[in-house]
Amino acid sequence: MKVALNVNGTDRELEVPDNTLLVDLLREHLRLTGTHVGCDTSQCGACTVHLNGRSVKSCTVLAAHAEGAEVVTIEGIGAPDDLHPMQEAFRDCHALQCGFCTPGMIMSAIDLVNQSDDLDNQAVREGLEGNICRCTGYHNIVRAVLQAAEKM
Amino acid sequence: MYQFNYHRPASVEEAVGLFESMDDGIYMAGGQTLIPTMKQRLAAPTDVIDLSGIEALSGIEVSADRVSIGAFTVHDAVASSPEIRATLPVLAFLAGQIGDGQVRNRGTLGGSVANSDPAADYPAALIGLGATVHTQTRSIEADDYFKDLFETALNPGELITRIDFPVPTRAAYRKFPNPASRYAVVGVLVADFGGKVRVGVTGAGPCAFRATAIEELLSRNLDPSALDGVEVPDAGFNNDLHASAEYRAHLVKVMAKRAVADLLS
Amino acid sequence: MSEAAATGIGASVRRREDVRFITGSGRFTDDLTQPGQTYAVFLRSPYARARIGEIDVSEALATEGVIAVLTGRDMAADGLGDLPCGWLVKQKDGSDMISAPHPPLATEVANYVGEPYGLVIAESLAAARQAAECVMADFEELDAVVDLATAVDSSQIHEGVPGNRAYDWEIGDREATEAALAGAAHVTRIDLTNNRLIPNAMEPRAALGVYDPAGDDYTLYTTSQNPHLERLVLSAFVQVAPEHKLRVIAPDVGGGFGSKIFIYAEETAVIWASRRVGRPVKWTAERSESFLADAHGRDHITHAELGLDAEGNFTALKVQTSANLGAYLSTFGSSVPTYLYGTLMAGQYRTPNIYVEVQGIYTNTAPVDAYRGAGRPEATYVVERIVETAARELGTDPAELRRRNMIRPDQFPYETPVALVYDTGDYEAGLDRALALVDYAGFPARRAASEAAGKRRGIGLACYIEACGLAPSQLAIQLGAGVGLYESGEVRVNPTGSVTVFTGSHSHGQGHETTFAQVVSDRLGVPFESVEVVHGDTGRVEFGLGTYGSRSLAVGGSALIAATDKVIAKGKRIAAHMLEAQESDVEFADGNFVVRDSNQSLSFGEVAFAAYVPANYPEDLEPGLSEKAFYDPENFTYPAGTHIAEVEIEEETGVVRLVNFVAVDDFGHVINPMIVDGQVHGGLAQGAGQALLEHGVYDDYGQLQTGSYMDYCMPRADDVPDFVVDTTVTPCTHNPLGVKGCGEAGAIGSPAAIMNAVTDALGVNDISMPATAEKVWRALRA
Repeated sequence: MKVALNVNGTDRELEVPDNTLLVDLLREHLRLTGTHVGCDTSQCGACTVHLNGRSVKSCTVLAAHAEGAEVVTIEGIGAPDDLHPMQEAFRDCHALQCGFCTPGMIMSAIDLVNQSDDLDNQAVREGLEGNICRCTGYHNIVRAVLQAAEKM
Repeated sequence: MYQFNYHRPASVEEAVGLFESMDDGIYMAGGQTLIPTMKQRLAAPTDVIDLSGIEALSGIEVSADRVSIGAFTVHDAVASSPEIRATLPVLAFLAGQIGDGQVRNRGTLGGSVANSDPAADYPAALIGLGATVHTQTRSIEADDYFKDLFETALNPGELITRIDFPVPTRAAYRKFPNPASRYAVVGVLVADFGGKVRVGVTGAGPCAFRATAIEELLSRNLDPSALDGVEVPDAGFNNDLHASAEYRAHLVKVMAKRAVADLLS
Repeated sequence: MSEAAATGIGASVRRREDVRFITGSGRFTDDLTQPGQTYAVFLRSPYARARIGEIDVSEALATEGVIAVLTGRDMAADGLGDLPCGWLVKQKDGSDMISAPHPPLATEVANYVGEPYGLVIAESLAAARQAAECVMADFEELDAVVDLATAVDSSQIHEGVPGNRAYDWEIGDREATEAALAGAAHVTRIDLTNNRLIPNAMEPRAALGVYDPAGDDYTLYTTSQNPHLERLVLSAFVQVAPEHKLRVIAPDVGGGFGSKIFIYAEETAVIWASRRVGRPVKWTAERSESFLADAHGRDHITHAELGLDAEGNFTALKVQTSANLGAYLSTFGSSVPTYLYGTLMAGQYRTPNIYVEVQGIYTNTAPVDAYRGAGRPEATYVVERIVETAARELGTDPAELRRRNMIRPDQFPYETPVALVYDTGDYEAGLDRALALVDYAGFPARRAASEAAGKRRGIGLACYIEACGLAPSQLAIQLGAGVGLYESGEVRVNPTGSVTVFTGSHSHGQGHETTFAQVVSDRLGVPFESVEVVHGDTGRVEFGLGTYGSRSLAVGGSALIAATDKVIAKGKRIAAHMLEAQESDVEFADGNFVVRDSNQSLSFGEVAFAAYVPANYPEDLEPGLSEKAFYDPENFTYPAGTHIAEVEIEEETGVVRLVNFVAVDDFGHVINPMIVDGQVHGGLAQGAGQALLEHGVYDDYGQLQTGSYMDYCMPRADDVPDFVVDTTVTPCTHNPLGVKGCGEAGAIGSPAAIMNAVTDALGVNDISMPATAEKVWRALRA
């Protein structure tokens, strides 16, 4: 089937099998490998991207679902010399270690901040329940999200 | 995932027509359960009928005594709807407890109710509030809808279009989440309809059910203490790695008491 | 702040590796694609124990896109060897442990659910998956041995291993310990289980094997913590390819926690298969495969007895443990419950008599090997749970009972009754700091406040010791280690004065690219930005033993110091010649070679340039400025500290909340405090996971019940509190940086601290990890 969508600001039209997942369209067809797959039960959140502005698990969305949609991945939110405030905060606060969960964590955190007016420590912790990190113990992730929320 | 043919009908009629023309088609709403199931090759439909293009399945209508929600409405839309939060806050609260943020952005009311996972949250609301499930052919009262483990009153090809929730005087939902999956080990919704109390329970049994003994006690005395002496029988309750039937029965009581306390506060 | 102070030793430099990860340009194994790449899916046993009969691959081979179906029998026919266990443990009677043969792919019998017996290789992942379902293997199911407690009396899993016992091992003086226990004024007894954990690094394991017929060369990209060890084992033991023809690259690796140390079937198979099919072969684990086939951790049953005299001095500790090793001995599986466990039973205390015996037991479950802490969390759990229990039995303050028995600063070096010599420490300093940070004196008031809110509150301590930077090689090899325990480092000064550092350690989250650059930049006085750190590639790094056991900085960093010392020494010779001075008069400081008591000096860059453009240069000196060193530590390092947990328990439901956690650790000198704190945070969350959430559970048939994140409970952000962490410093006495290692401490102290807090709150000692709500609820009702 044909899927036409906008990824990180660029219109794309791809021919993919009907059963293609959005994450496979991104990773395999567009070689946007910043979006990761960490589980097969839609729990870990490493594959989180924005679909029409909201965070979704791209391993649990069909590529077909993205027809006509705007998809933003970790590669689309900032560049090394022009980081998104959330990226900057993750670096500043040492909110990543191995870096594998980080793209999904950042994409979730951006949506969380966008949707919330007054985040506090507990709200950030609850708001990130869809993302698993094994390295950081979440301590510095929570700090980073609160720091970024100030600037976003 | 096995191969399948993807379809995206624009109307309920078209969707039903597609379904009937297929040997092994399946409706997909938000896909938050169906896609993982298919990825694990536990479901192998020949055809997937994506309901996301059907305008008629969306929309939230709120009146003083009824909240009517299109089947394709995602959990986050229910959780954040100002109208629902004002009129039926318990439902917005419950929707905000489902899964996690990303799942709530995709998962739908109709998908959850059609799937009838024993640990899903929405079934507690349907039962506890006495909702009506509308399909393209008929209306089904919640009390008649949930039949057994992943088994509902829906016939093959029958599609949930809307669900109507009566607005109670007051209501509250309490959930004891599975710490791993965040599904409900037990969830209890207590609703007071002018002194007549309904209690919907999810997680404890093979499907959501009314806790009639608790309803009677609370209809006489709507206070947590009314449940102090109650023994919830655990016969037929789920018994698994995460909780024994006995513990689930205990949690039904505790969550019910907490919901009552919330409802009174 | 000066530039050096901002990036040198002791500075919380932001990590240079972060930019690629936060922008999505990291390169993990699954992100790599080779021209002509094919995809592998493994055939795995659905049974915990089964004889493998006929394997019918005809339908699979006929599936569109399928290139090959290979089985363990094909691998055996190609003459590949078994996966070895790298540590030969000697039994009580002096005989060798019994290591059951471990073919990479099962040939005749499969011994755990998920054990691979073959693989399908296809043009696409979808085709490989489809075909894998079409492989028809005849399995004859055999009785599975699952329960550790009864495994010795169950049916025999491996030929030649009676009682399913791989070894019966001991350390310490049994007679003296039993005599001391018999004469003790008080004996505390405890039975403990240490729950099986599944490591779950967020990046699933992956491997991409590439055979190049042009040079008869092999390249293996894989998720490894130690690519050189991988190459060594694959060449010397499995004999996939000769060592000089095999290059192993571990690119960005998404966490390991031990689970990526080991040499597994899958990477062995893809590199072998790449030659068989003549094309690159890639495999990436699905998480369900990781649950089944990554090495698991912990899984002990222990009985322990602690003797005390009338004054509360510990007189003897006797520990008897059954350790579940799984179906086969994984790469280091034998050493974890022995040398990394029994030797730690002195803890921070002067206990004069200690005896530990460990039975290593085979079961039909996934192999068990090192997981963050590896033996030391289990040892700490025994020591700190029994000490806490003794304090409660005696009505003594648990902090004070510990303090009374601690090794005092003036007693170092301290030789324990279980073979270790602690070089330095100040345990009381850590205890005092932790007690102050947690406001120990204020606990009764906090408990009262919790009780007023219908909750029980408990506090628990753990004063742990760990032994890191496993060493020295010669002793370890005498004790059965199959490899050396040194590390290599190379400091290559480029003609422009920039520096490329090669380390045999591997970073998969630890931040070596930053920390090691800090160390070298500090030592050589060159800008931090001018130092590049290379790791994880046997084609670029001379040799290495990788990253495990919190060793990277203590051992790998020390190798770099030794190499920089050689660079400086050579630089002095060059500078002396250029400045027409005596070599002994040249000093090196702040990046300059200076002639003592003169105004003559050369910058590091000038000397580097001269080394490569040797115009004015000593005649008897080789050009170039690149030095290597191997560093073999003379002893372990001994990080230690005090962790204190506070929990609240809901009476009605048994839900335990970790509400406060203080960790005070002595890691010796700290290079980058930001990174060190992060390592502790992560370890604490894993320890909290062990104590409260995580449990790898098999059913009676050996089917894994907790095979996904739906059932295996990973700690999430809302399961843990903000952590309070701090450090005390007693520098390690025997390495040049005075560092001890910080990677595992968090996971070592915290389970005992949390369970001490849980049992304190409950007033019940008999509750096992994880302390789930239902277990606690039952304990409250008992």
